[in-house]
Amino acid sequence: MTQIAVISGKGGTGKSSIAAAFATLNGKVVVADCDVDAANLYLLFNPIHEEEIVYISGSKAVINYSLCTGCGICESYCRFDAISIIDKKVVISEISCDGCFLCSHICPEKAITMVRNDKSRMYSGSFRNGKMVYGRLAPGEENSGKLVNMVREKAKEVAKINNLDTTILDGPPGIGCPVISTITGVDKVVIVTEPTISGLHDLQRTIEIVKKFSLPAFVVINKYNLNSSMSNQIEKWCTQNEITIAGKLPFDKQMTEAMVQLKSITEFNPYLEISNKIKVIWKKILNQKK
Amino acid sequence: MIKIAIASGKGGTGKTFVATNIFHTLVKNQIDAALVDCDAEAPNSVAFFQTKQASAFKVTQLVPVIDTNACTFCGKCQEYCNYNAIFILPPMKIINVIEDLCHGCGACSVACKYDAIIEKPVSLGMVNLYSINGKPALIEARMNIGVMSPVPIIKEAIKQINGQAEIAILDSPPGTSCPFIQTVSASDYVILVTEPTPFGLSDLKQSIDTLIKIGIPYGVIINRAGIGNFAVYDWLKENNIPLLMEIPFDEEIAHIYSEGRILTEDNVNYRNQFLNLIKKINHIIKNQKYV
Repeated sequence: MTQIAVISGKGGTGKSSIAAAFATLNGKVVVADCDVDAANLYLLFNPIHEEEIVYISGSKAVINYSLCTGCGICESYCRFDAISIIDKKVVISEISCDGCFLCSHICPEKAITMVRNDKSRMYSGSFRNGKMVYGRLAPGEENSGKLVNMVREKAKEVAKINNLDTTILDGPPGIGCPVISTITGVDKVVIVTEPTISGLHDLQRTIEIVKKFSLPAFVVINKYNLNSSMSNQIEKWCTQNEITIAGKLPFDKQMTEAMVQLKSITEFNPYLEISNKIKVIWKKILNQKK
Repeated sequence: MIKIAIASGKGGTGKTFVATNIFHTLVKNQIDAALVDCDAEAPNSVAFFQTKQASAFKVTQLVPVIDTNACTFCGKCQEYCNYNAIFILPPMKIINVIEDLCHGCGACSVACKYDAIIEKPVSLGMVNLYSINGKPALIEARMNIGVMSPVPIIKEAIKQINGQAEIAILDSPPGTSCPFIQTVSASDYVILVTEPTPFGLSDLKQSIDTLIKIGIPYGVIINRAGIGNFAVYDWLKENNIPLLMEIPFDEEIAHIYSEGRILTEDNVNYRNQFLNLIKKINHIIKNQKYV
């Protein structure tokens, strides 16, 4: 079984579109959408849900005002600036509360209870080319790294049960906890970048994360012809740092057209230059020995 | 002072492009402005300006250190820790802190009745302050690589906004979870940048759900207009959400941005458009405050 994560430090480089193409190229696969903050692949793949699992993303402190004496002890202990005293009334900011439970432990009146955030979901099901697992974090809920873990573990289980060899994980942007969760335990990482200053900066930060995991990394420069000299600069940097470039893809408006038609680019038109290049890149990534 | 966050659920829709160009327009018009790059995982705004680093400071978090001589392995700290950051095997007299999981809440120190826990600061990242033309104007939150959450660094960066500035522009991280919420909840108004594609629309809806929950006014900029489809326009109309501005897809704009240049440096038309946009938002905020 091979797990391949598609990530990018910078958002909007074409990560999900390229992951969608990889997922629909040949044999049946498992797709895990790990961008639980802004899941998108389900739009293209319209999976039939077979399982829905509630995800508890943490807890929030809630005050029972019939017990609260307004002593303010909780405020002095809270390290997240979540508790303030407004007009002698203790107020907890839902936004700042980290759900650590400390206030509920130290309140002498036992006036604080913790309420679980249970609006987030994980789904598992089938799509036209295999199985799909994805998470949807409810608006404003946190701890997306843990939900990513759940998605990744579920994908592994689904791959085993259904005897599917390849799992493609579509990661979130950035380099924080959800990204680290996405690439934990995978076999290969594909980093999609674009020829901009921001693209290069974010690629460099992403590579540092990937290096910590000693994972084989493949860089794809998407929309390279929007700035060929910047693209060359990225290539040069990769070569100097012994990072494999799996390939370069041209900017093509058909990529958006395919998305509008809810298809991957290779499904939309397998004969385009970009579709052929994606096939070559995918082969290269698959064939590379672990 | 007013604070305007530039955000989007989907990454790469042009948040930083809009934030840097608005900020540049304000500076060009001699308006006292600050730009705060809150995208601490992937900060990029500073690269677009000629700046001088004015100062910098570390953002730290406290993590527990356990004195195994004083520890009785009673397990109270583990019971109090809601992040599974304390690992304990009492029969073997083993106790370990998993620093990566620790949120620095201090619950374990409170739990320990034997004074066996002290705390030490660990670095999460930096807040860097830069000046333009000798004036402090740019604040950058930069998370260390390998750190789990950018939120404490974003909080510190926002605290650094100089009260003198008339307008602060906050370049938000993508997504709709904590880092995004931390940024928008500190703002008076949120500009959501989207693109007219199915992914763009889906993520826009999710961002707006979150903003409604928090209760912050917002409007939308459609970037790369001309690609994709019209679904986002229909949806905005149906839901009475203000379309603040459209920026057409233009390879020239993409090229200027890719080189780390600012469009409004030479393009007076866009400079005027961004200035009008800010005037419009200023008006919206003022009206709300008096209602």
